[in-house]
Amino acid sequence: MRVIALVGQPNSGKSTLFNALAGYRAVASNFPGTTVEVLRGKALVGGRSVEVVDLPGTYSLLAGDRAEELARDFLVSGKVNAVVNVVDASLLSRSLELTLELAELGIPMVVCLNMMDEAEHKGIKIDAEKLSDLLGVPVAETVAARGIGLAKLLSLIPQARPARPPRYSADVERALAELSEVAAPVAEATGLPPRYVAIRLLAGDPLSRASGQLGLPQTVEEARGKIARARGEDPALVLSAERHAAAVSFFEQVTEVGHAHVGWRERADDLLMHPLLGYLFLGLILFGLFWAVFKVGGILEGLLLPPLEELSQGLGALLGQGLFSQLMVGAFQGLWAGVAIVLPYLVPFLFLLALLEDVGYLPRVGYLMDALMHRIGLHGKSVIPFLLGYGCSVPAVLATRILEDERDRLVTAALAVMVPCAGRAIVVFGLVGRYVGPLAAFGLYAFNLVVIALAGWLLARLLPGTGPGLIMEIPPYRRPNLHTLLGKVWLRLKDFVVVAWPLLIGTSALFALLQALGWSPALDSGVRFLTWPLGLPKEAGVPLVFGILRKELSLVMLTQAFGTAELSSALSQGQMVVFAGFVLFYMPCLATLAALGRELGPRRTGLVLLGTTGVALLMGLFLRGISALA
Amino acid sequence: MNLDFAPLPLPALPPGRTGQVVRIQGGRGLTLRLARLGIRPGARVRLISASPFSGPLLVEVNGLRVALGRGVTRRILVRPLP
Repeated sequence: MRVIALVGQPNSGKSTLFNALAGYRAVASNFPGTTVEVLRGKALVGGRSVEVVDLPGTYSLLAGDRAEELARDFLVSGKVNAVVNVVDASLLSRSLELTLELAELGIPMVVCLNMMDEAEHKGIKIDAEKLSDLLGVPVAETVAARGIGLAKLLSLIPQARPARPPRYSADVERALAELSEVAAPVAEATGLPPRYVAIRLLAGDPLSRASGQLGLPQTVEEARGKIARARGEDPALVLSAERHAAAVSFFEQVTEVGHAHVGWRERADDLLMHPLLGYLFLGLILFGLFWAVFKVGGILEGLLLPPLEELSQGLGALLGQGLFSQLMVGAFQGLWAGVAIVLPYLVPFLFLLALLEDVGYLPRVGYLMDALMHRIGLHGKSVIPFLLGYGCSVPAVLATRILEDERDRLVTAALAVMVPCAGRAIVVFGLVGRYVGPLAAFGLYAFNLVVIALAGWLLARLLPGTGPGLIMEIPPYRRPNLHTLLGKVWLRLKDFVVVAWPLLIGTSALFALLQALGWSPALDSGVRFLTWPLGLPKEAGVPLVFGILRKELSLVMLTQAFGTAELSSALSQGQMVVFAGFVLFYMPCLATLAALGRELGPRRTGLVLLGTTGVALLMGLFLRGISALA
Repeated sequence: MNLDFAPLPLPALPPGRTGQVVRIQGGRGLTLRLARLGIRPGARVRLISASPFSGPLLVEVNGLRVALGRGVTRRILVRPLP
């Protein structure tokens, strides 16, 4: 099957386009670096089925971070038949720099001028036909978020052809000619155009890590030295500056810049990014989010819980006392817990998180938090994994790929898994929020933030190092689209429905079986070393253990362990806070551990596991002390 | 010599003012990372706001907003434009 790769700069709308072409399967958001993996899907092009690949955004083929490297390596692998270069039309000049690099790769290409509405808003008029003439490739105009221009784009893909590569100034061209001999065998072996190989060699970017370790051949060093001496700059910078000049010249030839609109989207930052008011709004927005989730969740839970509990009691009465009946009632409890305890909080939470993502607020939080993050030895870009962590820890761990520095990746991943994911939010909302009050739930979140900051401060002392500093694009605010918002909520909810729910039903049945066989007290005593110092009843032991599978399980099984959904009869308010506090920090769930293992390796994952569990125990004890005083 | 036209580090620019980048004082890595976002010699950079406690700066270049850590901005030398 033919492979068509979507390539473009970060936040140019590749994932939105991918979703529109191949069905909703990629998370698209309004911040650079949402996609850190290679995602595949299928689409019909000219009546034939093709594989569409969504690549992480990359500013340049001279890769900067791991996600960019992934995109670049996929492109040069020889697996790609055609490229759709997705361009943010409102940032045409800068985007054309990547287009020119892609031209050097020689892969058949179509340019997709996306976000034409944004360009119009900025008063930029683009002559797409002229751009097509200049580049020598078909150019389509789209607004992928609203499905505009997609049919035209699809019809142009079969006409994809290699774009005209740019010419450099005479001395650079001479150097490239000198390198053609060294480049030829590499080009032969990799199937890449010799000119592209020569350009990468001149930029000092070897094509494989192995050749990098051996150093560049003598001829390459000589050619690089000549350019560096003549221009007073690294040849990579010379090449980049010349492509920039070519891109600016193209931009000027094909655009007319008129009057830009200035609306709320441009003015909002005056308040939201204000040195003082910005923090006030940050607090208000986050508090508003929690309050809304708590309110909506509470109402839904109140509606769903009583009838379902009656149903499960009725089922128990109907089936009688046997082992099978116990098993069935257990499984049913898992089923209704998913509906009545988890979904009421999960759905509004995911919806509001998606709203913040799509409006474009997340990178702004990164900006506002950079000064604080700097104190804990990280920069504001690390905020993106943290914020994603409020949804789920797995994408948070993967998102550390947008960080350039290995040490930053480790520290960020270690801290990000302590951010309470939606699963842990269920425990906080369903236990502390419901029985102690929304303020206590919010307080627990604030406490969690303080602990993460302290842990970060400590880690920065243990693993000193100053990252390269924050350099992050702040995209414009965008009006969220209800359709894409719901699509995103569903995509993330699917993970709960497909993975967590069956797990919930299975483990609930298993737990019922353990109870029926009289084995659960033995298990409870097995984890008494945890529940005793925390001052929790011993029945809380098994739910804590099962929480390792999925954090939501802790709460659901708690109701099962005590045989009632009215937990206030079994736990004091203090015990609830301690239980939820412990769940916030203790070892990441299995899926997160697997992600950590892939990204950091087994040794570092082990360290994270030990560290978080130690923190959890300490914080549980601390909360116990606090609630004893209160 | 007119001191107004001597290159200044970016944080010395008053918020709201525009400066033209004269030089990036940094290695190849930093220079390339900035160039990718359009911050390179000759570019016009408008300082929108500076966050407190030595936090990052928010700048606009070619109609694009970029957050830059304080350490990074000290390496960007600009000539203030009237």
